[in-house]
Amino acid sequence: MHLARVIGEVVASSKDANLAAMKLLVLQPLAASGEPAGRSLVALDSVGAGVGENVFFVRGREAAFPFYPAEPPTDATIVGIVDYWHTEDGVRAG
Amino acid sequence: MILAKIVGTVVATRKDDRLLSSKLLVARPMDPRGKPEGSYLVAIDTVDAGVGETVLIVSGSSARMAAGLKDCPVDAAVVGIVDTIEVSDSGS
Repeated sequence: MHLARVIGEVVASSKDANLAAMKLLVLQPLAASGEPAGRSLVALDSVGAGVGENVFFVRGREAAFPFYPAEPPTDATIVGIVDYWHTEDGVRAG
Repeated sequence: MILAKIVGTVVATRKDDRLLSSKLLVARPMDPRGKPEGSYLVAIDTVDAGVGETVLIVSGSSARMAAGLKDCPVDAAVVGIVDTIEVSDSGS
């Protein structure tokens, strides 16, 4: 799983039937320092996250599991909203 | 999933049997602000997308979960046509 910040939303009215009513959020992956790291991506949301929040998300085939037994075609899904995280450099707020 | 702009189509007469009725599109990945990034890829179209449209592409084994692609040899599928992208400036 990866840390990321939610930086935006995507609206797509024409999409796969199994993505109907799913929220699509734009994520910027983060390094442990909280700095942006890597390319942004679009993920489904399974926890009610919103723009400006720090989250963690799962990649790959497993990204569909939070919606079981539905199988939306997704390779990235937000599975948690971060309250704070702790590294050698200190505590960071979510 | 990644955002991409459709820049072309691919025609292949000889291909895997499970791809026979599939439309192949050439896509250029882009960031949420529209800047191209990364290299081009070929994706199967499942939502009737066309050249010039901004789309959502799902990659890897998840692409096989798109409509009609069960057990097909694909690793990228277009699963949505993007209407709008809203990005907060402070968030990035």
